[in-house]
Amino acid sequence: MENTNRTTTTTLQLVLAWGFVGIPLVWGVFQTLLNTLQLFQ
Amino acid sequence: METGSGGGGWFSRERTVAKPGFSRWMVPPAALCVHLCIGQAYAFSVFNLPMTKLIGISESAPDDWKLTELGWIFSLAIFFLGVSSALFGRWVEEGGPRRAMFTAACCWAGGFLISAFGVSIHNLWLIYLGYGVLGGIALGIGYISPVSTLMKWFPDRPGMATGMAIMGFGGGAFIASPLSVWLMNRFNTETHIGVMETFVVLGIVYFVFMMVGSIIVRVPAADWKPEGYVAPRENKLISKNDVYVYDALKTPQFWLIWVVLCVNTTAGIGVLGQASAMSQEMFPGQITPIAAAGLVGLMSLFNMGGRFAWATTSDYLGRRNTYFVFMTLGFILYCLVPYTGAIGSVAGFVLCFCIIISMYGGGFATVPAYLRDMFGTRYVGAIHGLLLTAWSAAGIFGPVLVNYIRQYNVTHDVPKAQAYGTTMYIMAGLFVLGFICNFLVKAVDARFHMKNETPALGAADAAAKA
Repeated sequence: MENTNRTTTTTLQLVLAWGFVGIPLVWGVFQTLLNTLQLFQ
Repeated sequence: METGSGGGGWFSRERTVAKPGFSRWMVPPAALCVHLCIGQAYAFSVFNLPMTKLIGISESAPDDWKLTELGWIFSLAIFFLGVSSALFGRWVEEGGPRRAMFTAACCWAGGFLISAFGVSIHNLWLIYLGYGVLGGIALGIGYISPVSTLMKWFPDRPGMATGMAIMGFGGGAFIASPLSVWLMNRFNTETHIGVMETFVVLGIVYFVFMMVGSIIVRVPAADWKPEGYVAPRENKLISKNDVYVYDALKTPQFWLIWVVLCVNTTAGIGVLGQASAMSQEMFPGQITPIAAAGLVGLMSLFNMGGRFAWATTSDYLGRRNTYFVFMTLGFILYCLVPYTGAIGSVAGFVLCFCIIISMYGGGFATVPAYLRDMFGTRYVGAIHGLLLTAWSAAGIFGPVLVNYIRQYNVTHDVPKAQAYGTTMYIMAGLFVLGFICNFLVKAVDARFHMKNETPALGAADAAAKA
């Protein structure tokens, strides 16, 4: 059975997974922050 | 109904059971892969104006679609979000997250591709069918697909876990909005508006992104617990028993939480959609249209941040107490908004609305853990799906309350700057109702608890309803 073997999640896998979702999200938040600055001008 | 618990190959729940040594921190990115994509729905309005000029190009031609016709696309999608999450909740829960995420990816991408075809032959009904119906089904299935999985991986911090995913739904628009505008600019020519090509690219990109989530998602083994995890001490408001999805509907707790969520969402949606116009009318000369757009962006950030912050806080405060904070603070802030307008305090107005919107997002993100506390983990995703009908109802109440009362006041010679006062006090009153309902939430009666994996109130009865 697949789930009877042991596996180890590497740090690289975690970095890749979080980077995959984190980079677009941070980019989007940055773009929104730029627009938000208009409120304070 | 075929549950998917047996067979089904790569998509089956069995094939997604994590091997020992798998890090649970791989699961939130998997959930975010789906929620960041379907969160695009909040940014669909960027297509509205370009789609009114597909024939006329520089300005609308007589045969071009009207904004009122295009508005139905988003409304249909949100309607089918509620319908599909309620209808398919049990299937999602029993079939496992991978199958659900894959289905959501196919529907979401398919919705964009059908809509692209609709744009290319200028047939609005195809867009209603594509983005509205198919996309709406993807929204419902995708929204609930990772919820119970995350709570099983993070029994020590269920609020934080679901808060991360649902934060992604709020954040999806931040990516989709500038990306869509950039893509349309790339595909626009002097004789063509690039909506069709943008839909095709988005459909393909979202499919790939959601499939990555589907590939990396795992469910924990039945006996798995986080290292060093100690179950919380006896707490009447955190059930150790599961309630069958359709039995949950028979409990007063479900409907009380439904009202609480509906109140919180009504208050948030009402101002979210009208914040730009409201701020300019309450502060004429002080808040310009450009500044108002900045305010909307700021509120969106608080909407997203609130999802994570409040849901995480609920792990320490308790779910019921967190909603007490929402209801009490919401009441105070809505009473304060007309006062900020009267004294001309833009800063006070912005602060009030940002906190209100953070609690709107926080309400969405905290409610899965609230349901888990009440009804256990087994069917929480499906129960959550049924509860999202409160969102659909709030989608009608919120804008109606704000728009129609404002219109009534304006036609009865109330100055525009003061036209929102009545609405704000009505919203504050709704929070009192929400507070009372939240106060009435007690532990679920033991007769509703599942016994040996079968519904407590009769499997035949439940199966007939399924």
